[in-house]
This record gives sequence, structure tokens and C-alpha cells, in this order.
Amino acid sequence: MIGAGLGWFLTAPDPLDPAFGAGLTADPEAGALVFAAGGCVSCHAAPGAEGDEKQVLAGGLPFASDFGTFYAPNISPDPNAGIGAWSLPGFARAVTRGVSPEGQHYYPAFPYAAYQHMQDQDVVNLFAYMQTLPADPTPSKAHDVGFPFNIRRSLGGWKLLFMKEDFVLSGNHSPEVMRGRYLAEGLAHCAECHTPRNALGGLDRSQWLAGAPNPSGKGRIPNITPGKLDWSESDLVAYFTTGFTPDYDSAGGEMAEVVSNLAQLPQSDREAIAAYLKAVPAIP
Amino acid sequence: MKSLKKQTLVLTLSGALIATAGYAASHAATSSNKAVAARHAQMQMIGYHTGVLGAIAKGEAEFDAATVKAAAGNLHALAKMDGSTLWLEGTAQGEVDGSRAKAEIWTDAAGFAAKFADLEKASMDMMNAGDAAAVGAGMGAIGGACKACHETYRGPKN
Repeated sequence: MIGAGLGWFLTAPDPLDPAFGAGLTADPEAGALVFAAGGCVSCHAAPGAEGDEKQVLAGGLPFASDFGTFYAPNISPDPNAGIGAWSLPGFARAVTRGVSPEGQHYYPAFPYAAYQHMQDQDVVNLFAYMQTLPADPTPSKAHDVGFPFNIRRSLGGWKLLFMKEDFVLSGNHSPEVMRGRYLAEGLAHCAECHTPRNALGGLDRSQWLAGAPNPSGKGRIPNITPGKLDWSESDLVAYFTTGFTPDYDSAGGEMAEVVSNLAQLPQSDREAIAAYLKAVPAIP
Repeated sequence: MKSLKKQTLVLTLSGALIATAGYAASHAATSSNKAVAARHAQMQMIGYHTGVLGAIAKGEAEFDAATVKAAAGNLHALAKMDGSTLWLEGTAQGEVDGSRAKAEIWTDAAGFAAKFADLEKASMDMMNAGDAAAVGAGMGAIGGACKACHETYRGPKN
């Protein structure tokens, strides 16, 4: 009885902070960079969208997993289909705590475990920028997830187990590496694909960025720790800017999307991510 | 006697037919393989010249206007190649060993041609780059053209 009560308490979604963002001024232009670093378009644009269509975050892209198929929701500013009616505190809780305005846990296909690191000012700027994007009335598609994974409350337990608040790379580092850590572990959520997961879908932090099976079933997502990746920092920066590998092949698959996003960032941010990748523990 | 002759004739004819069909099939397979090999050579040439420019952009090689013009000019020529001898029908991934060409190359031929046209334009712009920084900026456009085409028309590595 006490255990059940405790469990119910522990799995409760984080409460809303109604004062979130008080005293901060929104800068939508800076938000565009948060938006690019966060890679929002890669998942939330309609499947097959090209060019300017990618700014329409109508959702619909399917993500197959061991737990079912998730569909990226509409996060355009449409007040009914999208997030047009959301408040800033509601948005902040959704993005950094993985809780919907209705108070339900989101599935971790949405990388809030990474976005939890997002600084308040970046959340405020991102929210302002996203309101400038075109609205789209396409309703979000329901996820195709079976029992027991369709019990949203159980995701509270997942968060307790796997949503760690500390960064993986600890210790003192240069400001550049610290910036890279914020970008790579937070906004750009590199580990979501490059780190293997356990049976419950939690990231194995002892194998941070050491590569993982591709959820599409084809090939493997590479190990990008210094234990395997021998590209120089300037190779990495060039790759993030142009998509070219040191052999002048071009990035493919999901990574091509990531490069399109990273290419929009200031050069110093790409250099910071490269410096971070050289600082993470080497895993063979 | 008559029927034996007829049988021999039928046998000979069918033998000839089978041989012809076999020859045609192996001939087609050879030209498909050759087309795929030639495409890979074209891509290797594109990669090589992009590498010459990339080394300048990264600061690994010194800026030299003549080298940039030559490398970008060759890229331009490679992008402009008439693809009708290269992208033969029946040479998609799964149809010919080593091919990663997606079926969309043939179902969306106009879109595919437009991607090569993007590389033509990007390499043309690169020809007049005046310093290493301009080469760096131009690399973004060339990389974007390569990436955009590969995203849509190149299948996964197996």
C-alpha cells in the first residue's frame, strides 16, 4: 500500500512552473539557432518536405521501435493541431521535462532527456522563434504502441531510471568543450542515436557515443568517441559545415539532416562540438 | 528420316536461340556492370577534385587561384556529363552488384537532373573564388549539392 502510494508519487509528472521565463526577454533570432541546434525540423517536418516546406512542422514522420511506432506530432503554431495555444511555462515543461500541457508523460522518442539541459534563455528564445513559423492544421497522428507501453504513467518510472540530470562528461574543461558539451549532450542530442540502449530503451551511459544498432535495421550508427573516430577537429568541423567526410564522400541518411542543421550554427559552435567529441572518454 | 531431320533442325535452332539469349543476357550484365563502374569513377573524380578544394578550405593547402579554377572547372565538367550513357535502366541497387542507385533516379529523372545542375552551378561559382575564405564558403554549396542528391537518390551502404 505504501509502496504503491510511493510509486504513484514517484511517477507523477513534474509540475508546471507558472513563473518560468519571468524576467527573460525573448530573442526569436537567437531562437532560430537553438531550433537548428535542436534539430527540430529533422523529426517534425512532414515526411518528404524539402526546402521551405521544412519550416512547416506538421509532423507525421514514423519512428519504428521495439515498443511500437511513434509519430512525430504537429508542433506548428496552429492553435488546434499544433502548439499555438500553449503558454511559455507549458512549452518549457514539455521540452525540458517531457510532460504535455495536459500533464501526461511524453514517450522518450522525444529527446527531452537531452533537452532537460536547455538553458532557460534558450527555451524562451526557441518558443518565440517557433511562433514565427507557418501554422498547419494537420492533426497529429496517434502513436501505435501496445500494452504495457501504452500506460503513460509508467514513463514516470522510465524517467526516474534513465533521465539523469548530470552531464556524462564530468570534470573541468575549457569553455569551448563546455559549450560543445551543452550542444552535443543537450540540444543536438547526439547520444540518442550514437549511444546503445538497454532493454527498456534507456541510454547506456557507460557506452556514451560508442555506436549503436541503427533502428532502421540497416547498418550501425558509428562510434564517435576518440576510441574509434580518428578524424581531426578540422575534419569534424568541415563535416558539420559541408557534410563531407575526410574522403569527400558526403553524409548520408539521418546524418545528412543533422549536417543541414549544424551548418546553420556559428563556426564557433561547430568547433565546440568537435572539441567535445575529442574530450569524451575513448571507447574502443 | 524426315522426322529426324526435323528434330535436328528444331534442336539446332533452339540451341542457337538459347545461345543468343544467353549472349544477350551476359552482354547486358557486362554493360550494366561497366556503367556502374563508370559512375563510380565519375564519383571518385568528383570526390578527388572536391578534396583539392577542401584542403584549401581547411587550410591544409595554400590558396592558389589557378588550382582552384582547375579543380572547380573539372568538377563543373563532371557535373555536366551527359548521364544517358551512365544511368542505364536496370542498374539500381539490388539489380547490379555494388550499385547504390535508388529507383527514384529513373522514376524522377527531372529531379535527379536538377541535382546535378545544382552541382554545375556550385562548381561554376567556385571557379572565381578569390581567397581561401571564399573557397570555404563555396564548399558549403558544393557539399550541399552532393548531400542533397545522395539523400534522395543514393541507397544505404550494405
